[in-house]
Amino acid sequence: MDVDSLYQEIILDHYRNPRGVGLLPEPHGESHQVNPTCGDEVTVTVTADADGLLHVGYEGQGCSISQASASVMSELVEGRPIAEIHRVEAAFLDLMRSKGSGTPDEEVLQDAVAFAGVSKYPARIKCALLPWMALRDAEVKAGIPVEGGSYE
Amino acid sequence: MTSLDPQRIKKDFPLLERTVRDGQPLVYLDSAATSQKPRAVLDAERSFYETSNAAAHRGAHQLAEEATEAYEGARARVAGFVGARANEVVFTKNATEGLNLAAYAFSNASALARHGREVDPRFALRPGDSIVVTEMEHHANLVPWQEVAAKTGATLRWIGLTDDGRLDLGDLGSVIDSSTRVVSIVHQSNILGTITPVRQVMDAAHAVGAIGVVDACQSIPHMPVSMADLGADLVAWSGHKMLGPTGIGMLWGREDVLATMPPFLTGGSMIEMVYLDHSTYAPPPQRFEAGVPMVAQAVGLGAAVEYLDDLGMDAVAAHEHELTGYALARLQEIDGVTVIGPRTNVERGSAISFTVEGIHPHDVGQILDSRGIAVRVGHHCAWPTCRRYGVPATTRISTYIYNDHGDIDAAVAGIRAAQKYFGVA
Repeated sequence: MDVDSLYQEIILDHYRNPRGVGLLPEPHGESHQVNPTCGDEVTVTVTADADGLLHVGYEGQGCSISQASASVMSELVEGRPIAEIHRVEAAFLDLMRSKGSGTPDEEVLQDAVAFAGVSKYPARIKCALLPWMALRDAEVKAGIPVEGGSYE
Repeated sequence: MTSLDPQRIKKDFPLLERTVRDGQPLVYLDSAATSQKPRAVLDAERSFYETSNAAAHRGAHQLAEEATEAYEGARARVAGFVGARANEVVFTKNATEGLNLAAYAFSNASALARHGREVDPRFALRPGDSIVVTEMEHHANLVPWQEVAAKTGATLRWIGLTDDGRLDLGDLGSVIDSSTRVVSIVHQSNILGTITPVRQVMDAAHAVGAIGVVDACQSIPHMPVSMADLGADLVAWSGHKMLGPTGIGMLWGREDVLATMPPFLTGGSMIEMVYLDHSTYAPPPQRFEAGVPMVAQAVGLGAAVEYLDDLGMDAVAAHEHELTGYALARLQEIDGVTVIGPRTNVERGSAISFTVEGIHPHDVGQILDSRGIAVRVGHHCAWPTCRRYGVPATTRISTYIYNDHGDIDAAVAGIRAAQKYFGVA
């Protein structure tokens, strides 16, 4: 079976050369998430500045999917208005729930469209969602209003 | 002793004929998680439902009699398989439930003693007492004891590990001491493959008057094991790892230990007399089997034991030992592969965990899966053991009677393919 749909070149590139690694000093919110079945871990820190822009930092260890997802996420959300970030979060969640049949919005998701193939592998969806769960939870902890709160 | 013929054995397992991931033959290397089932087991379970299905130990009709006979016949068969008497074998849902049954005996007796009830003092724990496990336990033989410690005020201790995956018995005398009331250890590690010197540890437990418990999930399916040789008081294992159905496990207990052990699950079947304000309980093993039991699963398990008996457990162990030696050698030929656990084929079973430098186990497993090879990845429900060896997770291959050199060769080729795919070789 061809695993190239899962391991897109963009994913492998982010895995080998992760962007934006490092936690923020004195963040407004921080969340550590683990995938208890395989031991993937990611910590996400967030701080909202006076202009309503979100800054994000992360650290993690785990498989290519979880770590590349954290790298792609940090690039996608760093320094953007919170409302925009929530649209990206919602689009990524929809993509992961699409079972491979979704048509991702490239304008919103950018590099994250590479994760479309992951949605066909039930065991790996949780890997891809792990940093996004941490982001959402860190936002909640920072007191940022998030529709629906932390998601499971 | 005749040697096993995996090619012939494979034909007895319908599932092993199927293909996976776009028509590729299945290479099943995950028997430490669960074994596949021979046709004889499936037929036995189906035949029970088609001819004798009824609730065992209830009713006065012919079917109830046949169901009871089938259930108790399976118990006798399983008991004989491990050199035990039938009344010493308790059927449980799985091994985890068996270990919880043992652990709850301690927390229940401790709670009863605090309220002035008469209990066997061997089970009543207090602050100052200690519980001993090892650093290579499956979570099923660790978390229940953490709970007992929290409920009774006893202290949890553990026997550490050496760098080559063995129990570090150097300080056994200070870990197991006069405060120790229960020692619960694994016979064969599900993650490292290590076979532990279980007799030595059980003897140390008995020397200080402690109860000895053994998790034998990974040993009993793979080698001849006799309860007398283990020297334990309680031994838990599962049916589904030894060709049997899911939903049935065993807890063997020495007669005098089961005799005074308080029950875990209570309700129907396990009672002697019931009044509105109190009850008395049936003798073992019924005291520990509340509710309508898993009769069909017991029948299936009985057929699994018969299948293994026909092969001969000496032959099973010899086959696996040879295969393990081959797998250890082939895996360690690969640059970047590090075996986590004993690297030599001495006192070890067929579960082999390893890391591949530069590739996360989850990704190794994915590439193997894409080639039709089923392995386990992750922490194998032994997270503290992973931490001890500084790895977040491992890839594990584990073999059984239906595996051969070709299966190992397929895994080795798959690992090399993963290295190529991820650009690390």
